[in-house]
Amino acid sequence: MATTSAHEIAAAVAAGKISARTIVDEHLARIDARESDIHAFNLVTADAARAHADQIDADVKAGRPVGPLAGVPIALKDNLCTHGVDTTCSSRILQGWKPPYDATVVSRLRAAGAVAVGKTNLDEFAMGSSTENSAFGPTRNPLDLSRVPGGSSGGSAAAVAAGFSSVSLGSDTGGSIRQPAAMCGVVGVKPTYGMVSRYGLVAYASSLDQIGPFATNVADAALVTEIIAGHDPMDSTSIPQPVPSLVGAVTQGVAGMRIGRVTDLPRGAEPEVVAQLDAAFAALAAAGATIVDVTLPSLSYALTAYYIIAPAEASSNLARFDGVRYGLRVPAVDTNAMYGATRAQGFGDEVKRRIMLGTYALSAGYYDAYYGKALKVRRLIANDFNSAYENVDTILMPTSPVVAFPFGDKIDDPMSMYLCDIYTIPTNLAGHAAMSVPFGTGAHGLPVGIQVLAPTLGEVAMFRVGGALEIAARSQS
Amino acid sequence: MSDSPLSSIVATQDQLLPGGWEMIVGLEVHVELATRTKLFSGSPNRFGDEPNVNIDPVTLGLPGALPVLNKQAVELAMRIGLALNCRIQRCIFHRKNYFYPDMPKAYQISQYDLPLNADGFLALPSGTVVGVERAHLEEDTGKSTHVGGATGRIHGSDYSLIDFNRAGVPLVEIVSRPDIRTSEQAREYVSELRAILEVIGASDAKMEEGSMRVDANVSVHKPGTPFGTRCEIKNVNSIRALGRAIDYEARRQIDILDEGGTIVQQTRHWDDAEGRTHTLRSKEDADDYRYFPEPDLVTVDPSQEWIEAVRAALPALPAARRQMLSELTGYDTQSEAVIVVVERGQHEYVGEVVDAGGDAVRALIYVQQAFAEEGAQPSVPAKDLAALTVLERDGKLSATQAKTVLADLVTNKGGDPVAMAAAKGFEALDTSLVDGFVDEAIAADPDAWAKYVAGDEKAGGSLIGRVMKASKGKADGKIVTAIMQQRRGS
Repeated sequence: MATTSAHEIAAAVAAGKISARTIVDEHLARIDARESDIHAFNLVTADAARAHADQIDADVKAGRPVGPLAGVPIALKDNLCTHGVDTTCSSRILQGWKPPYDATVVSRLRAAGAVAVGKTNLDEFAMGSSTENSAFGPTRNPLDLSRVPGGSSGGSAAAVAAGFSSVSLGSDTGGSIRQPAAMCGVVGVKPTYGMVSRYGLVAYASSLDQIGPFATNVADAALVTEIIAGHDPMDSTSIPQPVPSLVGAVTQGVAGMRIGRVTDLPRGAEPEVVAQLDAAFAALAAAGATIVDVTLPSLSYALTAYYIIAPAEASSNLARFDGVRYGLRVPAVDTNAMYGATRAQGFGDEVKRRIMLGTYALSAGYYDAYYGKALKVRRLIANDFNSAYENVDTILMPTSPVVAFPFGDKIDDPMSMYLCDIYTIPTNLAGHAAMSVPFGTGAHGLPVGIQVLAPTLGEVAMFRVGGALEIAARSQS
Repeated sequence: MSDSPLSSIVATQDQLLPGGWEMIVGLEVHVELATRTKLFSGSPNRFGDEPNVNIDPVTLGLPGALPVLNKQAVELAMRIGLALNCRIQRCIFHRKNYFYPDMPKAYQISQYDLPLNADGFLALPSGTVVGVERAHLEEDTGKSTHVGGATGRIHGSDYSLIDFNRAGVPLVEIVSRPDIRTSEQAREYVSELRAILEVIGASDAKMEEGSMRVDANVSVHKPGTPFGTRCEIKNVNSIRALGRAIDYEARRQIDILDEGGTIVQQTRHWDDAEGRTHTLRSKEDADDYRYFPEPDLVTVDPSQEWIEAVRAALPALPAARRQMLSELTGYDTQSEAVIVVVERGQHEYVGEVVDAGGDAVRALIYVQQAFAEEGAQPSVPAKDLAALTVLERDGKLSATQAKTVLADLVTNKGGDPVAMAAAKGFEALDTSLVDGFVDEAIAADPDAWAKYVAGDEKAGGSLIGRVMKASKGKADGKIVTAIMQQRRGS
């Protein structure tokens, strides 16, 4: 079976047309063939995956009910806690730590029949836009091994792009699902903040982090989102509302929908990316949508606000990694020296940079000037979006201003790296939903992602537009 | 704690310290709430278990774990706020960031600028009213035991053990305004607060087990001048130690100021054995806690219905209970009998005895004296105690006899006092019988009678002794005295 579509796999496995074991073995074979080049994974759990597949096949044979993702191979970003399985966040400081519990999303996927094949590489603690900040070496873009896959969920994006797994999970704090999805030519979804439980996601910036899927097509992304979404009593910020049918939305079309075009969008996107955005608007208009101009005047402040708020929260979230209870411990003369040595050796440069930025921003005497002001900007951005959503159902913009770039291109220039997230960060600050859909190619024939933004719990509208963009993209190529 | 520049509350002359100094004290009291589970997780909140059994990913601050607020803790904290006349308000949680090995997340989830309870007061039995700035919710830390070394503190120890059973236990920190002017008021504040916390079921408030912990902010100044620099006193483990520590600290500061020195803002450690405070850390060493809103929790906005339901379920507070007993018995609200009986929660029982026809004063005294080991619901039925008070009031039993029957009632968890008195051979003596004994006593010792009539009370005592002897102790001394005084014409 050549397909990696989750819908097709689950249907075939449930009907007994193909065994889950065969599906999993096919994916593991692809991993064997190309993983040494790509390095999508920190850990491949081949034995556990085969055993789980066999269990599903036994269930099918015995006529027991199987879930909507029966036999679907899935890769998990290595900042999602997996019971008894190493969870490193691609950091030396967590090396060897085996969580005593599963993240809520991991339990839900397992209950739905998805088979975890491994833990994927990321920028350390999800801090980065290229997966070059991993302590265990970078992940390579399956479409061009000389280029980055984007980040921070670069391993999860590459795993789906390379056919190592049918779908995967990432986390998105400032674009960490959508940007690598765009660069690897796959679909990536950041659901509304609170739609998916964060319980078991190792926190980077708690008020911005959200888990979401990667998939080769919009319908699979919708299916995985449906399964992982929904209220979780273990996460206080989880929204207590039922999840609507998202798979159904994908094929509804966009006739009568109003799509926003941002007239004051911050500049900087490559011309080929801008051209694809124009083509996307034209395709949606042709499909019956109305294009409406909107303004988001506060958007140009988003990057600055993000680089105060996210590091501030990170400085607090990462303070617990002190060598006392788990992970790395570097021995020293006393407890304070042990903390210092452990953190000095355990964290990479980008993590240290953000811990220092955040600690500074929260310090006595600086709070109002930095963190306090960033919170105000955050409110302004949310207000801008909410005003715009009075006139439109969704907004379209590029996912990334650039296509996948070569290794080393930006790693020594943090500001240039941070600018990769200029179009994705505002959604996180507002707590809204957004997804990236592959739409044509840009420079060097590399994929371009078009981003569909929607308001809080606007996932139905978002997937309608995403589905229409996918159809348009296929008919173009 | 906010210090107003000039005090609106001024000590009375007799409350001032030698040299005209006035002490300014504010108290921060941490109480562990009597919830079933922890503030942010389902682990049991239980004291005295084996170390590190009441733990889970949230308690240990494991990566990826998230806090979920315990509704019962919020409700108990609201009870405290209402009992302290606070405003219950929309509130949020903040992170207080600092490193310590027994704090597994390296931050404590606490409340900062928007506490659950704000702007209340506590009226002390003596009449002093102490402002309560806030009473906010926060989580407790784990407990460190430092092994080796002389001091039992982390510096110089060989190694440290950490018990996370206490980590995440819900605390309410009650911060008073600097309205306290004497160590007696400070002790009274803590006693009354403890009584309130017990009565409303918010905490067992045991200072010796650490479920109630008191820190004192102490400064001194001359009335009419701005407050002095304050020092915070920690490690005060009893109400008595609190009084000693405050008096010591005020004296220490006055001595420095009298010698022309200045007070350095510090946290100081009370050493109860030595009877003095030591420097723990100065302001310069204080952590910058980098407070910011806790993104893992949502705003708590108690509805008016919820607040009113909690208010309606509050039992009568100690002050109201003392008032009730005072009105019932005529005893002062500050009398020991009233205070003791209310502390034991036996005020309602006294009321039941009175309702059963008993004598109020005797009921109060009986309960105070004989029911120290009994709880709020003494095992002696109210009607039995009522019957005993009536026997004594009506002169059917002497005070001494009544006390003996009372002891039997307690031992037997009730019974018919008349039958018990009879079994002891206590007969109800009527006055005519006592009259006869008095006649006999006068006849037997006319000299004594003459002296008594002339005003010699001692001589009267020997006559009473004869009457008691003749009646085999059954006569009531008070009645004998009354008869003799009547005959003497006094």
